[in-house]
Amino acid sequence: MSQIDYDISLTGGPPSAQNLAQKAGTFIGILGLFILLLAGFNLDFPNKGVWLTISLSSIATGIILYSKGLYGNKQAGIKNDSLWFNSISSRGALGWMAGIFLTSFYVVLYFFPQFLGLNAEGENGGLISLFDPLSKVLSGNPASQWFVYGTLYTVAILFFGIKFIWKYRHNSYQRIRTISVMFFQTAFAFLIPEFMARLNENDGFNLPYYDLKSIWPLNYYVFDQWSVDGLISSGNLGLGMLVFGILSIFVITPVLTYKYGKRWYCSWVCGCGGLAETAGDSFRQLSDKSVFAWKVERWVIHSVLVFSVVMTTALISTYLGYDPSKYWLTKDVFLLLVGVLLSAVFLLIVIFKRAEMKKDAIVGASAYMIVILSLFGIHFFAGKQLFFFDANDLRSTYGFLIGSVFSGVIGTGFYPIFGNRVWCRFGCPMAAILGLQQRFFSRFRITTNGGQCISCGNCSTYCEMGIDVKYYAQKGQNIVRSSCVGCGICSAVCPRGVLKLENGSDHGATRYTENPITFGNDGIKLNV
Amino acid sequence: MKQIVIIGNGISGVTAARHIRKNSTHRITIISAETKHFFSRTALMYVYMGHMNYEHIKPYADDFWVKNNIELLFDYVNHIDSDQKKLVLQSSESLHYDQLIIACGSKPNKFGWKGQDLKGVQGLYSWQDLEQMEENTKGIQSAVIVGGGLIGVEMAEMLLSRGIKVIFLVREKRFWGSVLPKEEGELISRHISSHGVDLRFETELESIEADVSGKVNHILTKNGEKIDCQFVGLTVGVSPNIEFLKNSPIQTDRGVMVNEYLQTNVEDVYAIGDCAQFNRHPTGRKNIEQVWYTGKMMGETVAQSICHQPTPYTPGVWFNSAKFFDIEYQTYGWVWAEKKENEESLYWEDSNGKKCIKLIYDKSTFDFLGVNVFGIRFNHRILDEWIKQEKDIHDVVRNLHQANFDPEFFQNNFKVIQKFLDSQLEEKKTAYVSN
Repeated sequence: MSQIDYDISLTGGPPSAQNLAQKAGTFIGILGLFILLLAGFNLDFPNKGVWLTISLSSIATGIILYSKGLYGNKQAGIKNDSLWFNSISSRGALGWMAGIFLTSFYVVLYFFPQFLGLNAEGENGGLISLFDPLSKVLSGNPASQWFVYGTLYTVAILFFGIKFIWKYRHNSYQRIRTISVMFFQTAFAFLIPEFMARLNENDGFNLPYYDLKSIWPLNYYVFDQWSVDGLISSGNLGLGMLVFGILSIFVITPVLTYKYGKRWYCSWVCGCGGLAETAGDSFRQLSDKSVFAWKVERWVIHSVLVFSVVMTTALISTYLGYDPSKYWLTKDVFLLLVGVLLSAVFLLIVIFKRAEMKKDAIVGASAYMIVILSLFGIHFFAGKQLFFFDANDLRSTYGFLIGSVFSGVIGTGFYPIFGNRVWCRFGCPMAAILGLQQRFFSRFRITTNGGQCISCGNCSTYCEMGIDVKYYAQKGQNIVRSSCVGCGICSAVCPRGVLKLENGSDHGATRYTENPITFGNDGIKLNV
Repeated sequence: MKQIVIIGNGISGVTAARHIRKNSTHRITIISAETKHFFSRTALMYVYMGHMNYEHIKPYADDFWVKNNIELLFDYVNHIDSDQKKLVLQSSESLHYDQLIIACGSKPNKFGWKGQDLKGVQGLYSWQDLEQMEENTKGIQSAVIVGGGLIGVEMAEMLLSRGIKVIFLVREKRFWGSVLPKEEGELISRHISSHGVDLRFETELESIEADVSGKVNHILTKNGEKIDCQFVGLTVGVSPNIEFLKNSPIQTDRGVMVNEYLQTNVEDVYAIGDCAQFNRHPTGRKNIEQVWYTGKMMGETVAQSICHQPTPYTPGVWFNSAKFFDIEYQTYGWVWAEKKENEESLYWEDSNGKKCIKLIYDKSTFDFLGVNVFGIRFNHRILDEWIKQEKDIHDVVRNLHQANFDPEFFQNNFKVIQKFLDSQLEEKKTAYVSN
């Protein structure tokens, strides 16, 4: 197929020709971005509120117009035509350009916010000052780089969400799921924290920025001293939020994951997932499906999990006291509780799921050992040390490596190169916990429909998590993989109705028994 | 340890190889002149449409073959010397076999039309066909497709994705008229037209005419109509690709003749998949089955015969599936284009005309015989069970919702569908009794 001409212009001939609406949409959208870029280069706009409105509504209009051009004149159904011919969605020149642009944006955002115009001392300038009017309306405070980011993030999820719904309008699961991520982003990640900042104008309120749906360990700063102090010092509301945060980890998450799999969070609620599913949808086919990538995934994501557990434990223990008469939760009680909890999880898996673990058991046990040894370390090393590391250094290293570089620069900046779920697949410690549970203690699985699979490869190609879905489907085996976020696209793109996301009642190995002989071949009976 | 040689790396040959590997340590060699690695033939259309690349339509990663010790040979078999038990290859080497499986597949039919070998005229079956189609359709405006079957509608969808106008000639009164009953055929015909395909029923090809450069310029129909086009897709079925067997003692007719054990008349030579022709089909179906699923089952069966005891090919309840543009189709059991003497049918169609269910039952015993379903997914295992146990059609209607396999939140109102089908069933019973 070397004859296909890869087309890098936005306005080429078939098969990637764009119609008028798409061209107009691209133009208007880029115009909106251009205003932001001008502000970024310190062009001082007079009526900032007006220009911000013009910019954001241009971006929104651009995306909607583009979607209308792309899907509006077509019947409901799967819309993946020319995806691998288009430069942007097939790692062509446009894809690389977009990747470099996004990556640079993240580098500036995380490490050089002054270039965006951040000024903690006095008036903001540049891009950030353009967002001041909106920030003042919502929280009463001037904007920060995080407000700029949050606003653009929410705009992206909302309007690329509309594009996504348009694309999959024949599929109720996709429609409802997308409305859900749009809602959680707008309400929980964007508006509620801003209104919480309003509350801080009152006496007795000292609430930190807190996105209630962002659960530890994805939200690695929720147990930072400033965050916990802020919550505790903000009356019953603050305390309630802290309790909710802890309940989310120990009650809400396990219950929902048991019933529905990790999808309830990763592809219905989470903001990272929300962006991946909407703005990142055009890149889902770029995920690496090789066995090697799967191996790397398991090592990296679980290492991040261990890192985050140790880091958080060390960090919390630094601000807990030693004297039980002052407060029952002392450093030693806390370490003991963590140790008991981890031992319980470890024993539960070893006792009940030993047969399914195989080689992974050794790796899992080693990780467990590292964490337990670290607990001893925290106990014996006085003060803020964990062995030879300062707990706060550990925390800032984690924040830099995992929170900024991994989840932002690589995770989102590289959408057009590595696909839209790099962070969720390789890095997110929350996904690691949910995945562990989904694999061992959940009713969720993707079932396959008898012998109907034709091994066409659509499911694997469009799996954003890099799962080789057809590997299972073609032998009539259910898909039970810890990384599956339950987005449901494999089921949507299947041309033969083979895949179905289900919350079944069966447990253990029957969830994924192999069927080596094609269902419908009655001539061969195997004792398997 | 025996040397097993398989000619053809399609779904049949590869399934046979996989199962021989599972059950033995025999040396396995697969020969193909099409592509080095196995790819899913049913996914060719998606490569042309830009949904996937060649890499994506390979069901197994390239290292699978090394890991499983299955040797792949990119070569063509010129001749089978069954006395010496060896194959003469195009690379002029020869290869010994202890047991040989012929799984060489099909080639598109051409019925001797004038101009059928012109540049710009082709069928669609192999990887080479797809490459040729890429070449032949570059920069063209309109195409004619001849033959209203599954490959024809795929080709129409492919061409439309490149902005090429499609005129679709169908011999019957409706699309796929030899297989689909009237209602379903009309539903799909409407859907194909709604995508902008110019469907011409009861129209047959007379000849294909060229311009001065020898490329297709227009076609003439049997009614004498002239249609301008720069591409002609011939999709009037496929037939076994067995020229290379002509001078061998292996008995052939349209395909390679086999018995129920998939054995040819020559010892240690088997044939499976598209190219096999049963002298009498074990379950009374058509003697040549050119379907992905049956190829897979024959591969599984022949592996049992080679590794364990001779095993007859015994497919269970018939099933098949396809997708016509946006509408998925599944069928289980038997639904004939024309009802048989003892059969009665129930039919529900959605008000948007894009979904329907057809149930076939025996009008005297009320045994459930088969189902066609469009735009709704059904559960293979459940329908297989119902058909096998000849479940009473009343129970089938009453429990139809249990057979649904649609994704969560799909709003197929089975209560309404079941009520509708149930009253239809009562009506038909009354009409039948009063007759």
